[in-house]
Amino acid sequence: MEENLKRTPLYEMHLKYGARMVPFGGWDMPVQYTGVMEEHRAVREAAGLFDVSHMGEFELKGPQALELIQLVSVNNAAKLEIGQVQYSLMCYENGTIVDDILVYRLGENHYWLVVNAGNIDKDWDWVNYCLNRSGLKNLELKNLSPEVGQIAIQGPLARQIMKDLVPNVVLDELKFYWAKTGVTVAGIKSLVFSRTGYTGEDGFEIYCKKEDAVALWEALMEAGEDLGLVPAGLGARDTLRFEAKLPLYGHEINDNLTPLEAGLGFFVKLKKGTDFIGKAALEAQKEKGLERKLVGFEMIERGIARGGYEIAKDGTVVGFVTTGSFSPTLQKNIGLGYVPVAISDLGAEFDVIIRGKAVKAKIVETPFYQPRYYR
Amino acid sequence: MSNNVPAGLRYTKEHEWIKVEGNVGYVGITDFAQHHLGDVVFVEVPAVGRVLKAHEQFGVVESVKTVSDLYTPVSGKVVEVNTELESAPETVNASPYDNGWIIKIELSNPAEVDALLDAAAYDAHTKEA
Repeated sequence: MEENLKRTPLYEMHLKYGARMVPFGGWDMPVQYTGVMEEHRAVREAAGLFDVSHMGEFELKGPQALELIQLVSVNNAAKLEIGQVQYSLMCYENGTIVDDILVYRLGENHYWLVVNAGNIDKDWDWVNYCLNRSGLKNLELKNLSPEVGQIAIQGPLARQIMKDLVPNVVLDELKFYWAKTGVTVAGIKSLVFSRTGYTGEDGFEIYCKKEDAVALWEALMEAGEDLGLVPAGLGARDTLRFEAKLPLYGHEINDNLTPLEAGLGFFVKLKKGTDFIGKAALEAQKEKGLERKLVGFEMIERGIARGGYEIAKDGTVVGFVTTGSFSPTLQKNIGLGYVPVAISDLGAEFDVIIRGKAVKAKIVETPFYQPRYYR
Repeated sequence: MSNNVPAGLRYTKEHEWIKVEGNVGYVGITDFAQHHLGDVVFVEVPAVGRVLKAHEQFGVVESVKTVSDLYTPVSGKVVEVNTELESAPETVNASPYDNGWIIKIELSNPAEVDALLDAAAYDAHTKEA
């Protein structure tokens, strides 16, 4: 099975920096370089460099591009100014989640949808299916994923490291969830440069032509090394996003769960004025009230909850863990999971079933780690 | 990559070691294993007094990302567990062959030790993997 893994344009960099490679969503990706804990800490205290080239990018251009996005996306893309980025989700008719996405408005009638690596094919088929069904003709839809590399630099020192590399951008004017096109980074022309990320820290994501990715990576490492910039793998990316309660497809969200259950109702704009796929189902669910919801918890007794473990109350299984780990920042064992709304209050206790044993946990406030974005 | 394999200990293919002293042995995981696991954040040990058969699972070691079962190299009774690991599981990374030992076992069949890998054979095994 492993011989069919795809490689990002930065594969050679991972080997150079001593990464341990693992399969992830069909890709051969670095899980860690020196260690998850050390990389996690570096991102919270200084900065980390991530290869996120495996993510997918769909480009939409044309007078009806916005109409298609409004149809497939639960958020309201009509609100986007040029250069603005929006978190959203795509849902099926029944309200369950196809994927979570970023919508970039890059020009008057020019958008990118950034989708999860493991979902590129499924999402591409879905968007095309929706396009055909809609009858919209006046737009061009293109899958740029194979041609685009992406590097994320994340952490409190990301701005300082970036500053001299982008002489034509005033970073203090580029707020969180804003983007620019055609920015030259360390002499390399990028495709999209945005103040975005998936760690709960300030930072940037740089999309470039895949053949420029290595040069860009090396330039960033050189500029940041003295300030503590380190390459960071998927392991740290996961613990970082988890502490900030950023959902991961296949864990907190999937095609059995809705955005409302996942606590992402804020991004579902039922009143955006246009119909979107899943709207009726989500309206009905909102009307009726939720049966289960995503909560954050902390282990009271010794043990680490892991994704897929059962949650029980008084000996009966009532839910499941979506992500669980030792938190490097909090130095505690914490988790996210779905429980019935009736027992979802702060402070409520339940058991996580760890290797057949009931281990006590209690619901706590989330995010576990308060993000430090530049707004 | 770090792969310290002290002579004098015996090893399993599952990356446990045992250091036999008379009729008792200290059991832990190897340098190769701790390195492969990464930062150890949790160790689950058996109750003192539990009787184990050779190759039986006796505990779990968890890193940030993974959960790995621990298997005893030999049969016997658990006579002591390393309680230090409860508050300092990272000792398994820092000192896999000394302070990071996990259980002390009273051997019920010392002849089983001879069937375990010696340092050279274990070292070769890790290079195949």
